[in-house]
Amino acid sequence: MAGKIITVSSGKGGVGKTTSTANLGISLAMLGHRVACIDADIGLRNLDVMMGLENRIVYDLINYIEGRCRLKQALVRDKRFPDLFLMPAAQTRDKNSISVEDMTRVATETAELFDFVLIDSPAGIEHGFRYAVNPADLVLIVTNPEVTAVRDADRVIGLLEAEDWAPAKLVINRFKPELVRRNEMLDADTVVDLLAIDLVGIIPEDEKILSASNRGQPVALDERSPAGLAFRDTARRLTGEDVPIEVHKKQSFFQRLFGTG
Amino acid sequence: MRLFDLFRRKPKSEQDIAAQRLRLVLAHDRANISPGMLEVLKDEIISVISKHMEIDSENVVVSFTEDNRETRLMADIPVQSARGRRAAEE
Repeated sequence: MAGKIITVSSGKGGVGKTTSTANLGISLAMLGHRVACIDADIGLRNLDVMMGLENRIVYDLINYIEGRCRLKQALVRDKRFPDLFLMPAAQTRDKNSISVEDMTRVATETAELFDFVLIDSPAGIEHGFRYAVNPADLVLIVTNPEVTAVRDADRVIGLLEAEDWAPAKLVINRFKPELVRRNEMLDADTVVDLLAIDLVGIIPEDEKILSASNRGQPVALDERSPAGLAFRDTARRLTGEDVPIEVHKKQSFFQRLFGTG
Repeated sequence: MRLFDLFRRKPKSEQDIAAQRLRLVLAHDRANISPGMLEVLKDEIISVISKHMEIDSENVVVSFTEDNRETRLMADIPVQSARGRRAAEE
């Protein structure tokens, strides 16, 4: 049975698409699944650095599309998990180098070999976005609790609906529970309510994300990182497991004291 | 919650401001009409309706409601009843 193709998209840049792709890929691999992460951001590749695999690249997505290598040669094996692979984007080409059909063929062929194929979509709603979402069985929309990011997410969701692409689910990234408690940041309920799609994860802001990208060791590997835990939980939800989402409601003094709720 | 805020006379929180702006922006984006065009539309609605009945054009409200990604354009048009008019004329 072919694996599930999940495209990570957002509309707006800088909300954490690549971070989410890397961490969800790692988290799914930690659960024992066979995972391939495809970097679809041709010309601006970053997933390799995020996953700490930049030194292992020989071939890339475009090389495979142009028939210069076999599929397995374009897949870089992860250092930590034998069943986790990365298909890097070409850095010196642009997005017009590939067509919607090319990307769909690569994703579909890759899905034959894996349980999950995660596609890291480029920002924007142009060609790069279109080829990235076309093969998807599910589109994960990453947003931040900010007016601009949610607005762009809404635009992407609207396009997915209008063009009858895959269903979309929401990941709220860079969530700051403390700011929400002080009524200074949009809360998750409002965002979910307005976008009217299913929520699969809330990732709290975490300083360890920076250190993770510095080192090429995604936070999902860090047992003590709150963002890491949230990514691992999100991955479990993607596999169909029923893991309650912590909504970060206002906490009582005691809840805060004992770190529950 | 809202009522509670009223009692405390607290200024609107940043969260509320963000939510309100977001709601408005999404409504206009989804309907693909700018706030300025909505005003033009409102004036046209007023002039069309006024041809057939007397309305309180000062208090016409044209707005969007959102329900599960479905956008609805709502026009709230107070009609001046004939009785009310007669009373005003007397």
